[in-house]
Amino acid sequence: MTAAAPLLQVQGLTKRYGPRIGCAEVSFDLYPGEVIGVVGESGSGKTTLLNCLSAQLEPSEGTVVYNSRSRGPLDLYSLSEAERRLLLRSEWGLVRQNPRDGLRMGVSAGANVGERMMAVGARHYGEIRGRATHWLQQLEIDAERIDDRPATFSGGMQQRLQIARNLVTEPRLVFMDEPTGGLDVSVQARLLDLLRGLVRDLGLACILVTHDLGVVRLLSHRLLVMQKGRVVEQGLTDQVLDDPQHPYSQMLVSSILPV
Amino acid sequence: MNESQTTAASRLSEQGYTYAYLDEQTKRMIRRALLKAVAIPGYQVPFGSREMPMPYGWGTGGVQVTAAIIGPSDVLKVIDQGADDTTNAVSIRKFFAATAEVATTTATERASIVQTRHRVPETPLQEGQILVLQVPIPEPLRWLEARESETRKMHALEEYGVMHVALYEDLARFGRIAKTYDYPVLVEGRYLMRPSPIPKFDNPKLDNSPALMLFGAGRERRIYALPPHTRVESLAFEDHPFEVETWEECCALCGAGDSFLDEVIMDDSGGKMFVCSDTDYCNRRQAAQGKPNPDTLGGKA
Repeated sequence: MTAAAPLLQVQGLTKRYGPRIGCAEVSFDLYPGEVIGVVGESGSGKTTLLNCLSAQLEPSEGTVVYNSRSRGPLDLYSLSEAERRLLLRSEWGLVRQNPRDGLRMGVSAGANVGERMMAVGARHYGEIRGRATHWLQQLEIDAERIDDRPATFSGGMQQRLQIARNLVTEPRLVFMDEPTGGLDVSVQARLLDLLRGLVRDLGLACILVTHDLGVVRLLSHRLLVMQKGRVVEQGLTDQVLDDPQHPYSQMLVSSILPV
Repeated sequence: MNESQTTAASRLSEQGYTYAYLDEQTKRMIRRALLKAVAIPGYQVPFGSREMPMPYGWGTGGVQVTAAIIGPSDVLKVIDQGADDTTNAVSIRKFFAATAEVATTTATERASIVQTRHRVPETPLQEGQILVLQVPIPEPLRWLEARESETRKMHALEEYGVMHVALYEDLARFGRIAKTYDYPVLVEGRYLMRPSPIPKFDNPKLDNSPALMLFGAGRERRIYALPPHTRVESLAFEDHPFEVETWEECCALCGAGDSFLDEVIMDDSGGKMFVCSDTDYCNRRQAAQGKPNPDTLGGKA
């Protein structure tokens, strides 16, 4: 992992909303197969950062360089919009907090999983269906439910369906915005277990935004702690969680309710 | 404007009409849109659609396109659902006979302009003919993506995967592609196009047609076109190829086995017959077989 070139290089990323800042001077490198967690309270700029990284929101300053499979390092915001959108549906995945935002609720589960394949040119119904079935099973969704609409699925299943839909084109980098938000604890645990296995087996790199320290403890290798738009502390997950240096990180860690 | 057109125009202006109803500036604007549409096959060109003396949905787009291209030397045929004798077809034909002083016909091969709704004539079109189609909703992605800004972007970036999602969904639910009319096509491998609500039976007639095809959507204010000999491909999957409708019956009147058939309910006990939807094609086949023309029976003519 150490010898490989970084997958994503972020330099001095700043996004301003008028006089207010969304996030300021964020810099880090993400290596292939690495999971970086971003934690912080509501309004600390986590989602702004994620949107800037995933080419959905143009930053005011700074660069994001992505090392693509086919074309080498690319500066995201000097690409054309067409190229950015192509990246987003071929080499990247985006898992939203609310599965309803990331799924097409009007069509079946199979069509949801197949959409990205068709978007990059798959035109063989049997193959699309076969791969959709495979990925539903990978995410522990019964293959018999392939023709059911996501509206008939439980919240946890919808979230797993959304992940299957993203993984089907074998992305290298997945952005996740609170993937376990709104799920009950036992479903969260199952989903996290599943995610951890997938990330390990597929060698996925992940940027995981959450306010749940339990989730990052389980999934991420490194951690960025954000407060008021700035990264106040970063380091290995266990190091930051067990020995926080910044007062805000200390407060965050100590505010976990003991069970 | 040629000489005969100038005389016709001056005669009409004495009656208080511009030639072909629309004013000259409007016709120029529509012609510009048409030229752009022909230059970019399948691309929807916005135009300033005018109020016409007929309701939206009755072919205001097609009428404006016809008005912009028609001249006194033209011969006009108007069909609605394949028939020359329905209210809509008759009134549009009369409209242009009165305002543009053109000859009209029901014979497909004699017409220089064919304005149509819902069908492409069975008689193959020839070089030099123009087919004008009336379009209710020009945007093929409309029911999949509600935002116009987004659908335009999808056309610009050729992001058409979602159309296949709709076809996939049909296959998953019904075992076949259930769309029977307005079946989406890809023009010259580039623009996704809605061929107006013609049955998919007529889709193959669009491909490599020697005639120019113009599409006008009045309410939605869009014009698009297929220049002669344009490649038009109906979308499908590799393992579920595009198919047209077939019937077990032949036309009950003329016996044609190769035309698009309408199912006509005959009585209250479920009796029915299948007849050609293209009346011109059917009538002339019957005449060739020596059958009397049904239109001239019962003192109707």
